[in-house]
Parts: sequence; C-alpha cells; structure tokens
Amino acid sequence: MKPTFLDFEQPIAELENKIEELRFVQDDSVLDISEEIARLQKKSQELTKTLYGKLTPWQISQVARHPQRPYTLDYIGALFTDFNELHGDRAFADDPAIVGGMARFNGQSVMIIGQQKGRDTKEKLYRNFGMPRPEGYRKALRLMKLAEKFGMPIITFVDTPGAYPGIDAEERGQSEAIGRNLYEMSKLRVPVISTVIGEGGSGGALAIAIGDYLNMLQYSTYSVISPEGCASILWKTAERASDAAEALGITAHRLKTLGLVDRVINEPLGGAHRDHAQIMNSMKRALVEQLKDLSGRTVDDLLKTRFDRLMSYGRFKEEAA
Amino acid sequence: MSWLNKLLPPKIKREGRADRPSAVPEGLWSKCSACEAVLYYTDLESNLQVCPKCGHHHPLRARARIDMLLDAEGRRDVGSEVKPVDVLKFKDSKRYVDRLSVAQADTAEDDALVVVQGSILSVPAVAAAFEFKFIGGSMGSVVGERFVRGVEAAVEARAPFICVSASGGARMQEGLNSLMQMAKTSAALDLLTQARLPFISILTDPTMGGVSASFAFLGDVVLAEPGALIGFAGPRVIEQTVRQTLPEGFQRSEFLMQKGAIDQIVDRREMKQRVADLLTLLMREPSVA
Repeated sequence: MKPTFLDFEQPIAELENKIEELRFVQDDSVLDISEEIARLQKKSQELTKTLYGKLTPWQISQVARHPQRPYTLDYIGALFTDFNELHGDRAFADDPAIVGGMARFNGQSVMIIGQQKGRDTKEKLYRNFGMPRPEGYRKALRLMKLAEKFGMPIITFVDTPGAYPGIDAEERGQSEAIGRNLYEMSKLRVPVISTVIGEGGSGGALAIAIGDYLNMLQYSTYSVISPEGCASILWKTAERASDAAEALGITAHRLKTLGLVDRVINEPLGGAHRDHAQIMNSMKRALVEQLKDLSGRTVDDLLKTRFDRLMSYGRFKEEAA
Repeated sequence: MSWLNKLLPPKIKREGRADRPSAVPEGLWSKCSACEAVLYYTDLESNLQVCPKCGHHHPLRARARIDMLLDAEGRRDVGSEVKPVDVLKFKDSKRYVDRLSVAQADTAEDDALVVVQGSILSVPAVAAAFEFKFIGGSMGSVVGERFVRGVEAAVEARAPFICVSASGGARMQEGLNSLMQMAKTSAALDLLTQARLPFISILTDPTMGGVSASFAFLGDVVLAEPGALIGFAGPRVIEQTVRQTLPEGFQRSEFLMQKGAIDQIVDRREMKQRVADLLTLLMREPSVA
C-alpha cells in the first residue's frame, strides 16, 4: 500500500516520490542506480526519524487521524480468532460507529468493543466517522454486561473524534448513555483493558474507556475537547488549534507523565500505518501481559483498585477554608 | 440597561454587583429577559429570580440555591478545603490562574461547586450546587473532588445527596484531568447505591457537556427547571455538524420531558417541598410539610 503523507511529512513524500521514479527507470536503464536508490531510502528513513523525533502535539493529532492508521477492525482481524460480531442495543438500532463482539485471544474468550472509522467515503458515512450515537453506547454496555455474566475480560479500542453531536443523538439521550456507561463500567466484575489507538475524543471516548488498564499508542491523542474546538472557544478561532493542542496536553507521553495513562505502546517509525505487523505485535504483547496480571486478581481486588484509581483522578490543593 | 440605570451615579451602580446574576443588570430595576417586563429588583429576588409576570427562571447563584433548598440552621460546608491548582500551566488569551483569580473575586467562591450538609424540611441531606458564574460552572478537579466528598458525607450521615447542575461542561484548562472527573463523579454514586441512599439530580439552565454526560442523568430521580437548556452537545456545534435549523424548543426541559429523559419539570418556587416529598417517599419515611 502506498502511504499517504501528511502536510508536515511533505519532505519525506518528495523523497519517496523520487525513489519511486528511480525504481521505474531502473528497469530499462543501462546504469545501475540501485545504490542511489538505497542512499535515498536511507535518507528518507533518517528524515522520518528526525521529523518524528520532535513531533508537536498538533502534528501528533494529525498522525492519530491518519487515514491509513489501523482501526479497531484491523486489530480484531490481526490479534483475535473466532470473532463473532454482536449487533444492536435491543431498544432502537445497531450503531455501526461502534463494533463489538466475542472472540478468542490466545484461545481465551474475550469481549471486544471499539469505535470504528471508515476508509472510503461510503464507509466513512456508514460508520458516521467513528462518532457513536446513544444506541452505540447502549450496545457497548449490553455487551459488557454479557461479558460480565460469562466471566470474559473486556478489551476496548478507542478511536473517535467524539460522540455524535446530532439532533437524533440528543433526542435519544446521548448524555444519559455516556453517563450510564461511566457508572456501570466502574463496577464491572471482569477485567477491562482500554487502549486509545487513534483519537480519544472526550466523553465519547471515555464512555468505553473506564477500566483497569488504560493504554495509548505512541501517536494517539486523548483530550477533553478537540484542539480545534478548544481553539475556537478560547482563542476565538480554530486556526489556533496547534496552540490548543500544546496547551491541553493530549499526547501519550504527556498523559503518562501526568499519571493518567498506564502504558504507552510504541509505534513503528513514521506511525502505526507504516508497519501493521509491528504495531500488532506490540499491541499483543501489552494485552497479553495485562490480561495475565488482571486474571490473577480476585474480583474484590479488581473492583477496589479500579474504584480507588477513579477516585484519585484530579489535581488540587487542600487548605483550611 | 434601563434608562434609569443610565442615570444612576456610578457608585450606586457598582454596589453589590457580584451578588447578582448576569441576566439582571445592576440597579433597582431589572427587565425580564423573556417577557421584557420591568421588575423591581427585590421582587425578583424574593421570588427566587423567577419572573413574577411570566414565570421565566433567571439564573440563580450557588449559595442562593443552597438557601433555597436547605433549612437555615445546622449547615456545614463540605469540601471547601479543596482548592484549584493549574497543573498544565494553561494559557490561552489569558492564563488559567488569572481566570481563576477573576472568577474567585467575582463570585466569592474558590471554585464552581458549593457543597453543604444540612437538612431539607428537617430531612437530613447533603446538597451540592454549581456556580455558573465561576468559569461557566465548568467541572475540573475541585468540582469532582468536592462532589465525591459530598457523596461521602452523605453516606457517613446516612443522608440523601442532591445536586443542582448549572454548567457548560468540563473545564478545558485542566485538560484530561477534567474529563476524568466525569468518570470519578459517576463512579462515586455507587457509594450511595450501596448504602441505599437517594441521589436527586436537578438540572437547571444550562446543563451541558461533561456534566450532562456524567452524573446529571444518573439521579434516582431527575428533575429539571422549566425552560432549561440541557444536552450533550451545544446547539451551535450541532447546527454546524448537521447543517440544519434546530427544531423549536430543542434541548429545553420540555423537549427532554417529551423524549423521556427526565422525570419531572419543577418550578423553582416549589422545588424544596418537591425534593422533600421525593426523599421521604424514597426513604420510606413519613411526609413532611
């Protein structure tokens, strides 16, 4: 697959185009230019390394939204067997913006839930750009309860710009659906592992991300509001999104430092989309370790640790009033 | 501003400014933003900021909310020792620490949630109220922590918990920590569930975003004041997303009632009695008048 390059990656794109051209002429050239190609490839690698070594939070937001980034169904396909998708919230509809179902992970039964984005225009619309409606969150909760009933660990993949801000979503209680999930997930009697694989868009992300471990891919973001949204409110223009991304502290490493994220899963050079096999391996390793750790705990311990952690969120000072 | 206000010398205008809601201009007279009736300010105040002419509910400060709900005697602040810090060193056009100082000076509160333990018509209770004038009633770490301490105080006293929401949502200036307050406050409600103590959620104008999408709809009973704007996404965001005009009364209390999202719409002037009635029913205690 030919990679799509982001704006800030244009220097890499130019080099890659050149390499491509040379490869094309090499076939009917008398001169051996393979050395030149190798040199350029090395240069492209170096350039990628340099660029990715000092990505700004706003650039990381772009990588997190990269159109070729692996989505939930890619992880399901690569890491799980016997995936049985389960549909619908039993009350209103099936929401394609959230996929869920049972599968095996290393032979063990698990429940998987994640937001799903689309690749082409048709699928993007079908998946509503990964923005769930209340029925999506209610389906997710239904599946989590099912997992709890049968003692299956729950693995969630977070990748959404946010819960859908639409008329119908409001009519059917978007707020209630999200709030309900937060409450219910805090007491699920099975292990829950959540990983932000792309965009962790506010409450719409949080509604499937309460659990025992919270991971983030290296170039994913997790934020209370999108940089654009924040900029248009506080700076009065979405143009300042880059400043907002910086101020909000939305990147994996920053959030790990703040103690809000447990583990940062490193990505291949140039982002997860550059090497699916490698990111799948890293993801698998993290999940195996965390599942093993959580399976060794009693339900009471699991619930107490989860609750204490939820209560520990937030920074403030205490002074006599 | 009324013509009279313009004539008043500046000294008189400034007096008591911080104590009054923004919908009401300073001075002796005010104009109802809904029916445009010119009202004597003390009339409006003694009527809990409800327009005596048209019944429109004007904003009410957090302390006034508490006064409206709780009996005057035997009150104690909960969580007032918890104060905000600027972890991210957040700065947009203004520094977050400056926004905090301005809000503190304007409201005489440390942050956007006031929690008080007391009683409602002699029924012991813990009541929390949002101060919308404090950075839009936004929920950051202090709001979350005070909420949890309020819940814990209720459990300790075997008393019900009531929260009056008025908030634009999560506090952006605290980044992901503020998002996590949604999880924290919602999860804390389980302490009440386990103790079989009621949680009554009262939604007022406006209850949006992160507050709406966490504990606000998790009440055993969810009440709303008439005409309050309540929803997940703001109307402007929705309009920009769906590119169509929003229906009349969209996201107002009456709309939510029709959609099945809330239990009752209650006039502010009857709220205390209604809450007491609901609490005694839920706790299987005799009624109080």
